[in-house]
Amino acid sequence: MSQSVYDRIGGEPAVNAAVDLFYRKVLADDRINSFFEGTDMDKQAAKQKAFLTMALGGPHNYTGADMRRGHAHLVERGLNDSHFDAVMEHLGATLKELGVADDLIGEAAAIAESTRNDVLGK
Amino acid sequence: MTKVVYQGRSFERLDDESVLRCLLRNGIRAPYSCESGACQACTMRAINGTPTTVSQEDLKETQKTLGYFKACVCRPEEDLEVTLLDDAQKHKYQMEVVEKTLLNNEILRLRLACDEPFEYRAGQFINIFKGDLIRSYSIASLPGQDEMLEFHIKRVPGGVVSHWLSDGVQLGDPLTVTGPMGECFYHEAESVEGVLAVGTGSGLAPLWGIVRDALTQGYEKPIILCHGAMKPENLYYVDELRELEARYENFSYFPCVSAPDEGELLTDLSLGFPNDVAFMKQPSLAKWQGFLCGHPEMVNNTKRMAFLAGAALKNIHADPFVMASPT
Repeated sequence: MSQSVYDRIGGEPAVNAAVDLFYRKVLADDRINSFFEGTDMDKQAAKQKAFLTMALGGPHNYTGADMRRGHAHLVERGLNDSHFDAVMEHLGATLKELGVADDLIGEAAAIAESTRNDVLGK
Repeated sequence: MTKVVYQGRSFERLDDESVLRCLLRNGIRAPYSCESGACQACTMRAINGTPTTVSQEDLKETQKTLGYFKACVCRPEEDLEVTLLDDAQKHKYQMEVVEKTLLNNEILRLRLACDEPFEYRAGQFINIFKGDLIRSYSIASLPGQDEMLEFHIKRVPGGVVSHWLSDGVQLGDPLTVTGPMGECFYHEAESVEGVLAVGTGSGLAPLWGIVRDALTQGYEKPIILCHGAMKPENLYYVDELRELEARYENFSYFPCVSAPDEGELLTDLSLGFPNDVAFMKQPSLAKWQGFLCGHPEMVNNTKRMAFLAGAALKNIHADPFVMASPT
């Protein structure tokens, strides 16, 4: 089995560097930041980290069902493909900013993309 | 094999077993979720022994100082004695009321003496019990400098405990207290370029301790304190803070008033909310440390603003004063 993007970019320390950058982009984006209103920022950042870890192929224990359950209340509030696309955009931009190679960004994007239907409750 | 000690019971850790798994296997109901070191749900505290570096990787410096670690990814080389975060609530201290002074028309300074050792950091908080009612109050005193524990009690309209502390409790009375709790305190960090402290009302209490903690520890980079109230007479410790400002070149103090009477002249006071004044004085917070205390809405907005202004999330310490629901 080939090494995951997670391991190749340096594991947890690299993800830690990415979390604030990524979360700041998400919070500054008026297309999606209303979904984060009223949430505890520290807890939210931990969730962003779990998401990034998963997208990079790192260790995680989340299933499609968890994704579905965890986002159901947001789907009720109108979460749709355009919002998912915005998050994908920020994921790519964050990794680019950290100097991650394009092919690795592509791999991460593919993993994140594979959660789309569960996240959006389709 | 190393051991995990919890509440006097000692558990052998199996090969490659995490501290979390070891406790769960022995019937200790420790909280957890992701089991991959990301979600921090299993965070607990080491009171003896050193947690592994990996298990403290992304925690706040203040949490590391307190011995916090993520139990799901901790496989220590040595024995570790741990407590769950909820356990801090369990030991009850008896403290004696030794001073009651009004600081302004609505805030009372309460000083307490404790006859057993009470270790805390300036800015942490405690719980005070009135029968079954529990209220949290931030500690305003500085260990090593102030002999007594100091609290600033604001009379909350309809607040059973704040009225009882203001009117019912007498000098010499005993109070039941648990704690200390919280991660809102100063920690030394070479890489931090400045400290921004923003508070409203009695949210000055923890900041009064935190700012003096940083200054007496010899912190030399800028420290900005913005304290807000609606009217000038709702501010307090103005003279004390100006004195501190005169003594320390790197410390700036901005008392802020958001709703002065019409035509009122604000000599030496800033007009506006303290968070707005703070961002005017210091628009970029990259590499800054923030301490935000008081009104929950102000605290949460400012936390978000500070993060967007470049502060790392783990360098923003927020202590929203959430009101108890009326009982």
